[in-house]
Amino acid sequence: MTTATLPLDVARIRQDFPALTTPFHGKPLIYLDSAVSALTPRPVVDRVSHYQSFEHTNVHRGVSTLSQEATDRFEEAREKVRAFINAPSAAQIIWTRGTTESVNLVAQTFGRAQVKTGDEILLSAMEHHSNIVPWQLLAEEKGAKIRVIPMNDAGELILDDLESLLTERTRILCVTHVSNVLGTINPVKEIIRRAHAKGVPVLVDGAQGAPHLAVDVADLDADFYVFSGHKMSGPTGIGVLYGRRELLEAMPPWQGGGSMILSVTWEKTTFCGLPTKFEAGTPAIAQAIGLGAAIDYLQGIGLDRIGAHEHDLLAYATERCATIPGLRIIGQAKAKASVLSFVLDDIHPHDIGSILDHEGIVVRAGHHCAQPVMERFRIPATTRASFSYFNTREEIDALVSGILKVQEIFK
Amino acid sequence: MSDPRELYQQVIIEHNKKPRNYGDLECCTHHAHGLNPLCGDDIVLKVVVADGIVQDIRFTGQGCAISKASSSLMTVNVKGKPLAEAELMVEQFREMIRGTLDTAVDPNILGRLSLFQSVKNLPSRVKCAVLPWATLASALHGDEIVSTE
Repeated sequence: MTTATLPLDVARIRQDFPALTTPFHGKPLIYLDSAVSALTPRPVVDRVSHYQSFEHTNVHRGVSTLSQEATDRFEEAREKVRAFINAPSAAQIIWTRGTTESVNLVAQTFGRAQVKTGDEILLSAMEHHSNIVPWQLLAEEKGAKIRVIPMNDAGELILDDLESLLTERTRILCVTHVSNVLGTINPVKEIIRRAHAKGVPVLVDGAQGAPHLAVDVADLDADFYVFSGHKMSGPTGIGVLYGRRELLEAMPPWQGGGSMILSVTWEKTTFCGLPTKFEAGTPAIAQAIGLGAAIDYLQGIGLDRIGAHEHDLLAYATERCATIPGLRIIGQAKAKASVLSFVLDDIHPHDIGSILDHEGIVVRAGHHCAQPVMERFRIPATTRASFSYFNTREEIDALVSGILKVQEIFK
Repeated sequence: MSDPRELYQQVIIEHNKKPRNYGDLECCTHHAHGLNPLCGDDIVLKVVVADGIVQDIRFTGQGCAISKASSSLMTVNVKGKPLAEAELMVEQFREMIRGTLDTAVDPNILGRLSLFQSVKNLPSRVKCAVLPWATLASALHGDEIVSTE
């Protein structure tokens, strides 16, 4: 029997989130916005607080016991991330500020070295701005072209012509694991296999994948996998770049400064090996340790059970929302993870968001930093509810009542 | 936060559904493009000023109910008014939203526009209500693009 067959003790889990037990506008807070940033459970807050109160000094510096212990905690967190995504070595786990910085790092080092005039960068039609704009900046600088893998009306990538999009000029393919707007789970393993057959490396944006799916970078055979701490119950300001060893080793450093050097003279500076080559300056130590604690927390609950619970919530919310006349779900892929985007009559999502907010229900309304996705579906914005392991079916019932109230006001 | 029903009153809902002075003007003396990137509100405002009077004013674009109703009610209220009065209305509308002018107490020329007073209790929506007014100010002062971000 797998642990997925055991239901989550959601009532117990909710005790770990003080925000959920504190009234908001005089009502219980219903947080359906984990895709924008997950709430932080108390064990993570406590771990960060403990580190900052008792264990803090700078890492990789000095001979003091305190510094050694801070370094050990910091490196233990790196090892937790390694194990979490099944990377071959902790040296391939680079700390960054978040997914956005990870993509920029790859674009500015790997990309700058590899992409030349007339080359192509292949993106999917459902990327977040953070996996578009860094590549546009690079393409502009190099005189390269951005090409796009299209998607169908259900919000699934159309992969029939992938081989013709992967030309001899393609230097990298970048694709999101899970769409932050549509919830689509992309078949990244297949995409990677087909890209590799054409000799093209693949960067996977795991910002929405890592919190909801068991990620195995070795099995996926990903060249780069990037994600953020705060979307998986960790602190903000910490993120991860996983890279294939030979690629990371060949890449030039990005930012220069302390920590990332072996020696500096006026004539020549030599750089550290992985992972420190890419970690100039004092890192986000407490945040990295907090991310380690978040991984412990999620693994303590069980990723398979989290996945099963969120899948149940998504199925229930989809079924309930389908009964609301005038509501159209945007993103109807067969494989979806815990995101439900919709449009309602001709009511603007910001009006919906404001009225739901008054009911204590937090959702995201807007273009979700994915304007090309909005353009593809010819809508200016959507309202998005996203579900996490601490949400309940009762909260989805409250969402449905809230949506009916919006319709009543706009009648 | 106040009850959103206070803001989403019938007048606002109605102006959202049937915005007045919606459409393009072939010729105009002033125009500006207003953007609220957070909401995706996007309006183009065209104005005809002659003899110191706002002779005509029209808007096109898309946005939330607050921005659309605010645009509609603004055009109704400034059309036919002397330029100086339109400018004063821009100033007073901004003061009302900022909370430094209470339409129930302080002298003002806002009239029905005081409907938007409760927007000040919804900080995330202030920019939506102010967008058409900021766009009008830019049009009159010759700035072509304005953003409320």
